[in-house]
Amino acid sequence: MEPLTDQNWLLSVGTFLPLVGVLVMMFIPRSEEATHKLIGIVTAGATLAVGIFTLFAFDYSKAGRLQFFVDAEWIPVINAGYTVGMDGISLPLYILSMAVTFLVMIYSWDNMPDAGNPKAFFILMLILQVGMAGTFMAQDLILFFVFFELVLLPMFFMIGVWGGEQRKYASLKFFLYTMFGSAFMLVAFIALYFQTGATSFGFQHLIEAGAGIDHNVQVWIFAGMFLGFAVKVPMFPFHTWLPDAHTQAPTQGSVILAAILLKLGTYGFVRIAIPMLPEGAVEWAPVIGILAVIGIIYGALGCLAQTDMKRLIAFSSVAHMGFVMLGISTLTTFGINAALFGMVAHGLITGMLFFVAGSVKHRYHTLEIKRLSGMLIQAPRLGWILGFAAMASLGLPGLAGFWGEFPAILSAYSPNFGLSEPLFRTLMVIAAIGTVLAAGYLLWLYQRTAFGEPSEEFSDSHGAGVAHSLSSAANDDDHAHGGIYDVTPIEWIAWTPFLVGIVVLGVYPQLLFKVFNPGVSELVARLGETLG
Amino acid sequence: MLAAEAAQLSSGWFLENVWLIALIPIVSFALIIAFGKHLPMKGSEIGLASMFASLVLATGTAIQWIQRTNSASGGEESLGMLQAFGRSMPRATEGEVQPFIEPVVHTWVWWSNGPLEFGIGSSASGLSVLLLWLVAFISLLVQVFSLDYVRGDRRYTHFFAAITLFSGGMLVMLMAPNMVQLILGWEIMGLCSFLLIGHWWEEEANSRAALKAFFTVRVGDVGLLVGTAIIFFGANAWAVDNLDSNGFDINAIQAWALSGEANSKFLLWGAIALFIACIGKSGQFPLHTWLPDAMAGPTPVSSLLHSSTMVVAGVFLVAQLYPVFWQAFDIGQGSLTFIAVIGAITIIIAALLAFVQDDIKKVLAYSTVSQLGYMMLGLGTGAWLPAVFHIFTHAFFKCCLFLCAGSVSHSGSHHSFDMKKDMGGLRKKMPITFTAWIISTLALTGIFPFAGFWSKDEIIDNVGNNGYTFLMWVGLGGAVLTAAYMTRATYLTFFGEPRGAAAGEHNGDEHSEEHEMEHISVGAHEPRSLGAAANAHGADDHDAHDDHHASDGPHESGPLLLIPIVILAFFALFAGLANPTPLASRFGEGIESMKKYVEPSSTPVAFEDVIATGPGESIMLVDGRVSASPNAEGAAGGEEGAGHSSGCGFDAPEPGTACFFPSVTHAEPSFNKILLSLGVVAAGYAVAIAFNIAFYGRKNKHLVGLTERSKVMRGGFLFLKNKYYLDALYENVIVRAVAHPIAKGTNWFNQNVLDATVNAAGEGARRTGVWVYDNIDQRIVDGAVDGSGWIAEETGHGLQSTQSGKVSQYGALLFGAAAVGAIVLVLVNVS
Repeated sequence: MEPLTDQNWLLSVGTFLPLVGVLVMMFIPRSEEATHKLIGIVTAGATLAVGIFTLFAFDYSKAGRLQFFVDAEWIPVINAGYTVGMDGISLPLYILSMAVTFLVMIYSWDNMPDAGNPKAFFILMLILQVGMAGTFMAQDLILFFVFFELVLLPMFFMIGVWGGEQRKYASLKFFLYTMFGSAFMLVAFIALYFQTGATSFGFQHLIEAGAGIDHNVQVWIFAGMFLGFAVKVPMFPFHTWLPDAHTQAPTQGSVILAAILLKLGTYGFVRIAIPMLPEGAVEWAPVIGILAVIGIIYGALGCLAQTDMKRLIAFSSVAHMGFVMLGISTLTTFGINAALFGMVAHGLITGMLFFVAGSVKHRYHTLEIKRLSGMLIQAPRLGWILGFAAMASLGLPGLAGFWGEFPAILSAYSPNFGLSEPLFRTLMVIAAIGTVLAAGYLLWLYQRTAFGEPSEEFSDSHGAGVAHSLSSAANDDDHAHGGIYDVTPIEWIAWTPFLVGIVVLGVYPQLLFKVFNPGVSELVARLGETLG
Repeated sequence: MLAAEAAQLSSGWFLENVWLIALIPIVSFALIIAFGKHLPMKGSEIGLASMFASLVLATGTAIQWIQRTNSASGGEESLGMLQAFGRSMPRATEGEVQPFIEPVVHTWVWWSNGPLEFGIGSSASGLSVLLLWLVAFISLLVQVFSLDYVRGDRRYTHFFAAITLFSGGMLVMLMAPNMVQLILGWEIMGLCSFLLIGHWWEEEANSRAALKAFFTVRVGDVGLLVGTAIIFFGANAWAVDNLDSNGFDINAIQAWALSGEANSKFLLWGAIALFIACIGKSGQFPLHTWLPDAMAGPTPVSSLLHSSTMVVAGVFLVAQLYPVFWQAFDIGQGSLTFIAVIGAITIIIAALLAFVQDDIKKVLAYSTVSQLGYMMLGLGTGAWLPAVFHIFTHAFFKCCLFLCAGSVSHSGSHHSFDMKKDMGGLRKKMPITFTAWIISTLALTGIFPFAGFWSKDEIIDNVGNNGYTFLMWVGLGGAVLTAAYMTRATYLTFFGEPRGAAAGEHNGDEHSEEHEMEHISVGAHEPRSLGAAANAHGADDHDAHDDHHASDGPHESGPLLLIPIVILAFFALFAGLANPTPLASRFGEGIESMKKYVEPSSTPVAFEDVIATGPGESIMLVDGRVSASPNAEGAAGGEEGAGHSSGCGFDAPEPGTACFFPSVTHAEPSFNKILLSLGVVAAGYAVAIAFNIAFYGRKNKHLVGLTERSKVMRGGFLFLKNKYYLDALYENVIVRAVAHPIAKGTNWFNQNVLDATVNAAGEGARRTGVWVYDNIDQRIVDGAVDGSGWIAEETGHGLQSTQSGKVSQYGALLFGAAAVGAIVLVLVNVS
């Protein structure tokens, strides 16, 4: 499968364009906050525009092949190349990262976290965007690793500087934990390189060469990659950084973390670990499957115990990423397609949930579920959006979440390559029970926060809210006085694409499946050939 | 596409565009949400218009389906001739084999996986067309009723949006050509039931009921997901090879199940899993506990939910995938099936529960559960057609009963549903409601010639005929109980002395404790229910509404409430004539319209004649032809006469052909059996009337029942009142255990074991760093060791201060770790 090299400047421009904005912002004094915000948003918007152009330039009839391919020398000493390209597997995630960054920046227009300093904040988000987009376009292990790690720093500072009360602890934990995994991952990369005797770190090259590695060595190398990616996903039991990071991060950080960063791990499994080390993958698949399903149940139970809305949503990520990993562990087209769909869907849905959590915090100054009540009366639209996102998150068909969950469960019925059927069928049933628990914690959350009447504590400030709910048509702009107000125009602009995306992908999933499917089919077919 | 040749089945625009029937309500939902509040009728006009459009389309579809069926038997069909639904043309002399009428399938690519593409679209078969029409019809009437009933509600627009989507969900499910679309419709209904049951969510009781309904059904849905997966992998290879379809396709699943090549384990586990979903959805024992709580929603919702949508979904699933259940449970062999047992248990336990309810809607709710039990019993014993027919007739009279209950509470009992406190003697005040109620009650209890008689009696008759004598007596026993509890409800509501609100008393809020949800819609009477602003709003809309209550006391409802009730009562009276089996011997089989048009034929069809129903490149029009294979006709010939022995569902079809429906048997109606069941019901009535007059009539002021006087009765009463303690088991034991100790334990484990390990590792690294710095770095001057010590120290610093994340330190640590790892790897590979 020869890559296509038409328009091969596109990816580099799309990935590095945010740096132009960063450069400009460097020379503008910190005090001109609005200018910084504007430049940030314009840059992200331009980046997204390049992304959308990429979407149109992409040849969907050849979605299984790398397109816009560049293979240039980079660090010849260690044979690392600047190899970038995009196929159907990475394209949606690449675009998602651009869209999410753009929308998060719009949201930041009048929702800056308390620490202020938009200059630094927007610069960090732009750098973060470079790292995320780069990870999805990289086709060389060293390049991938550089981008993968580049993401860490901005997020570390975002949590550490703009976060909540325990931000220092949370940011450090996030940083060290992820790095701990990365170290093993890097070792695994290097070991893979030496074991294959390869002359390049290029993915294609290593995929062809990797299959020749001795079985046991594959298992060990896979172990290294597993640690690196599993921490990032995060899989049980490596997830404990996640609730802290999410809870302490500013809203923007949480959204990006949930929507994109977690996907770097699962993407790594699909793009690197499994195709390069097929035998290792088959050995590890049951472990991944079991941990995934433990994650589903464990995450759900964790959710039921939470008293903080944001922490609950964070735990739900553990459960949802469990479905993604379960799909991957079956090594079937069904499962991997579902996993990829689940990644995008989870990005939109959980991103949306974190947005709502951020707005709730902004209005009520607390996220304690006990103290919140009757949101539907005080801020009906916000309440409806929370309900919508909760329904999407629990996997309601017709909304995006279902298409990550259902095929993943389905795929576990019959895993590929001689994986144990009894084991995976048991996993399937447990995972299906996980969907009930998901309904449980999400609806319970919804019942406690949105239904009922506003608690006394906030009922003073609900005058505006009730007026909203009743005069319904006449919305807006009386939120200036600081009570509990409904969704603001800026929030609408930032959120609408998420909401539309959830519905559109849910109603017509083929939009994404047809992009993923060729690449995934080819991947699984190649696994089949290698494994005989 | 209209049939030009005699050999072809006719089709038509309506049949090929069935998908519009579901699409219109779903689009309308979006329109109501978006624009409803700005419209003169607050969005209800869109809802009504969409249901009306769906009804028109469904009627057209039904007519064309009838034509299609007629066209199968040869050239005598007259296209374009309008036939009244349910009226047939003379045809098909007795004994002639009815060919299988292929559903009209129409799909688009919805999603794909590897080489397989899965579709979304519509499939029109006899069963789905019947129910599509039914759902559209009932939904329209319920919406008309709602216009007045929920008028002035603060979420009027939302109500219409949700109820329209609710019908849309059911329609999506009914026309589903594959399992995934079926799940879609199924879950949309779950969502809408959540929204509608929790319509007045300010009260915690209502939001809890909504949560319970969704959650209980969701528990059952595990079965749906798992069952679909099992069936998919069981059927997929066969479907791809033989029908160029896939394992989600419902027709393919039917054919696979009857092909004789289906693995019995797949079938059995798939059927069990799917039936668990039906137990949850259709409120069968032991997951029936959510249904009575679901009465917290507005009455039109209960009416719709309990007649033609939601709870019928489970029955429909069994009926639609009947070959799977037939084969899995050996229904053809007369085995005592899981389905029949659950159905029979449900009939009795639900009927008993209906006796201890004071809430008129809860009586009806349990009655629904019990009637659903009949349908399941029928399906579980091979009485497919009577069960499906019972769905049809039940929808009319149960919907009517609920609307009557709504009418009573709206105009007679001042928004109370408590029969003992606020009703009684209403027959004179509300004559039309009373008449409709009586007609529907007689229909429900199966009195000749009301609708329920023709279907329920047939179920009982066929259950007996198929060899399940005991279950037949269970069915008869259920009929006695039905007559008795309906007599009780009727007596308490319409006879005796008026009490409470029915007597014109408006003594504040005392009577409303259990029914405050209804009061919220009134607003002004419930100062504590909401903030001041909300009340003001409620009062605005309700002033007029309440005034006329206050002045008039109980009175008959207005025309918007009565028209739907009267129409439904009409159908409750006559719908049975759609399939009057006992009259067939006199008037010929032709009058059994259901049998002819709804029950699929068990004639095998050659593969090449089955058009693949998987999605193609674009629209695919199905141009079905009738199989004329002589073998096939021979195989199905013994359907009526020889009983359980041959044909589809007993023998594998000839190679190259497929069956889509097992050859079920039909009981020959006999006068004695009819007399027996009518007699049994009459006895039930007689005893119940005597009881009611004796106990309620004599002590009407105190309404002291038997339970206060006898310990045994008291025990039984409490046992029933507590719903067999199943709710206690679910809520207090299972849910509480998961939500509290287990979840808390998990959280504890997370914080104190996993997280503590991480923290300990960090702390350990810091201490190691300090130790290394003190003991090694300071003493031994060694480059390599120095480096790693320095790194470790930085790790330690890192834990103390946030600002250590500088690139250089980070990089050093990283590559230090990598170095250690590389050494490990070298060691591993050397060994």
